[in-house]
Amino acid sequence: MQRDLVKQLLYDMLLARRFEEAAAEQYTQGKVAGFLHLYPGEEAVAVGSLRAAEPGDYVVSTYREHVHALMRDVPPGAVMAEMFGRATGCSGGYGGSMHLFSAEHRFLGGYAIVGETFPVAIGAGYWLAMNRSPDVVLCFFGEGAANQGTFHESLNMAALWKLPVLFICENNHYQIGTEVHRQAAVVEVYKRGCGNGVPGRRVDGMDVLAVHQAARDALEQVRGGNGPFLLECDTYRFRGHSMADGGAYRSALEVAELKARDPLLNLRNRALENGWLNEEDIEALHQKAHGVVEEAIRFAGQSPAPDDLYQGVYRRPLDLYAGRP
Amino acid sequence: MPWDEGLVNSLVYEAPDPGTGRSLGYAKAINEALDIALAHDPGVFVLGQGVDDPGAMFGTTRGLQEKYGAARVFDTPLSEEGMMGVCTGAAMNGMRPVYMHNRPDFILLAFNQLVTHASKYHYMDNGQTTVPMVVWAAIGRGWGSGAQHSQSIQGLLLGVPGLKIVMPSTPYDAKGLMLAAIADNNPVLIFEHRWLMKKDGTVPEGFYTVPLGKGIYRRRGSDITIVGASHALEVALQAANKLAADGIESEIIDLRTLKPLDEQIIAESLKKTGKILVVDTGWAMGGVCAEIGCLAAEKWFDYLKSPVRRVGLPDIPTPAGYTLEQFYYPDAEKVAGVIREMVKK
Repeated sequence: MQRDLVKQLLYDMLLARRFEEAAAEQYTQGKVAGFLHLYPGEEAVAVGSLRAAEPGDYVVSTYREHVHALMRDVPPGAVMAEMFGRATGCSGGYGGSMHLFSAEHRFLGGYAIVGETFPVAIGAGYWLAMNRSPDVVLCFFGEGAANQGTFHESLNMAALWKLPVLFICENNHYQIGTEVHRQAAVVEVYKRGCGNGVPGRRVDGMDVLAVHQAARDALEQVRGGNGPFLLECDTYRFRGHSMADGGAYRSALEVAELKARDPLLNLRNRALENGWLNEEDIEALHQKAHGVVEEAIRFAGQSPAPDDLYQGVYRRPLDLYAGRP
Repeated sequence: MPWDEGLVNSLVYEAPDPGTGRSLGYAKAINEALDIALAHDPGVFVLGQGVDDPGAMFGTTRGLQEKYGAARVFDTPLSEEGMMGVCTGAAMNGMRPVYMHNRPDFILLAFNQLVTHASKYHYMDNGQTTVPMVVWAAIGRGWGSGAQHSQSIQGLLLGVPGLKIVMPSTPYDAKGLMLAAIADNNPVLIFEHRWLMKKDGTVPEGFYTVPLGKGIYRRRGSDITIVGASHALEVALQAANKLAADGIESEIIDLRTLKPLDEQIIAESLKKTGKILVVDTGWAMGGVCAEIGCLAAEKWFDYLKSPVRRVGLPDIPTPAGYTLEQFYYPDAEKVAGVIREMVKK
C-alpha cells in the first residue's frame, strides 16, 4: 500500500520536474514564449494534495499551473501544446502557459491576475453546495495573493455559507521578488483564516507524504459538510518567478539550502531507506517520465496552429434562441 | 536571456541625430524624471510591485531606493485596490504618489478607487482637496503574453471625467511628460509600451516638462492626417516612410496626451488634408479610435473628403499563439494598405 503510494508520488514528481525543465528548454529555443512560470521545488504541493483528491473534484489554479493540470490527468501533450500555442492544446492555443483549462478534467483554469481566483472557487463551491454534491473545490494560491482583498472576502463567504472549498496556499516565500516578511505582517498564511472562521494548518511543503496526509485529512473534513479549510504548504521555488526573472534578490546560499530539501530527493532517499523502492525501480520511473515528456514535446511540435482569430469570443451559435420566429 | 527582453532588444528604431544633443534610452529617461522629482519635492514617493527589484520596472526605478530610502521608494503587497486608495489619501493631503504597475491589466483591480474615488474628489468636495497622483503602467505585447497580460485599457478610461491620460512615444516625451504629470494637480495615468523601453532618443539633462494636452507633428505631409500615440504611432511612421517612396505624403500627429486632447492640431491638419486615420494600441471599438473618429465627423465634417478610418485591435481578446497574433496586431504593412486606400479615393 505504502509502496504503491510512494511509487506513484515519486513518479508524479519526476514527471513534474522533467516537464518543467523541458518547458524551460523549449522556451530558450523560442517554441514557448511570453510568460512561463515554472514549478521546480514546489512539486510536493500539487502532487501530494491532488493525488489525495477525487476525480470529481474541481481545481482552480494560478499562472504557475502546469503541474496542477498534469496531476488532474490533463494529457501532458495537451499541456505542452498549449504552451506552444497550438490548436491541440488544452485551451486550443488561445490561452497559453498561464491559461490552461480543461472542462473534462474539472480544471477551472490558470489565471494571470493574482488573487482573482478566490471568488471563482467560491462560485464553484456554491454550485456544488446547491446541488448537494459530494465533490469539493481545491483552490490553489500563493502567499502573495493572500494580501488581496478577494482572499478575505472569499474566506468569509466560504465560512459563512459552509462551502466545500479547500484553500491550498503554496507559500514559496516570494511574491515575485518580494520576500514574505516584506509583504505581510502575519507571514503564516493559515493564521489569517482564523478571523474569517476558516480553520487551517501549516505543513512542510517539501515533504510530499506530509502534504498528502494533510490534504487527505482536510478533504475529509471539507467533504463532510464542515465548511472550508485552509492548508498552508511551506515550500520554495528553485527558479525565478518566471523565465524573465533570474531571482537575483535571493542569495546563492539560501537557494542552495532549500535545494538540499528538494522534495524529490527527500522522497527518493526515504523510499530507499525504508525499502519501499530500489535503485532500479527509481531509474525505471525516471525513464518513464522522460519518455512521456519527450512524447509531449513531439506531439506539441507537430501540432497545427489555430487558424480562426474570431473563434470563441462569444459562444456560437446562440442556440438558446435558435429556431424561434 | 528572457524571451521578451530578447524581443525588445531586437527591435530596430531610427538612431537619434547626434547633433541634437545627448542620447538616452527610454527607460533611463523615465528613471531620470523620477530622480529629479524625488530630489525636488519631498512629497513625491514611488511605489509598486517590484520597484526595488533588480529588474527595477524595466530599469525605470533603478537606484532610486538606494538614493531616497525605502520610505519614499518601496515595494507593496499585492493589494492594488488598497494601494490605489492609499495613493489617493496621501495625495489629498499634499503628497505626490507615483504608483507603478508592470502591466495596465493590474490597474483594472483598482478601478473603483481610481474611477469612483480619485477622479471625483476634487469635484465632489467643491475643490477643497486635490488628488495629484501618477499611475504608470507599460502595455505588454508579444506572443504568449495572452489575454490577461497585454491589454491596452486607455480606451476604457477615456470617458472618465477628472482623469488625464498620457501616452508618450519618445524618450524625450517620456521624461518631460512624467515630470509634467507629477507636477499636475490631478490624477494622471501614463501608459507606456513595453516595445518602446529600449528605444534611444535625444533627452536634455535636468528638469523640463512637456505640456499635457499638446500634440506635436512627427511628420509633415498633405495627403492624409494620421493621429495616434505611443507604439501605434511608431507603426504608422514606418508605414508613412514606406509610402513616401510612392509619393504619398502623410502628416503624422503624436497626441502625447489623449486626455486632455489637442483638438486644435487635429483640426489644423485635417483642414489641409481632408482625410484622417486614427491609430491606437487598444481596441478600435469604443476607444481612442472611436472617440477621435467621432470628433472628426461631428466637428470637422466639412473638411472631410473621405470617410474616417481607424486601425486598432479587433473586438477580440489577445490570442496566446504566435500565428494568430500576426493577424491580431496591425503592422506597418496593414497601416500602409489603409493609407493607400484612403489616398487613392
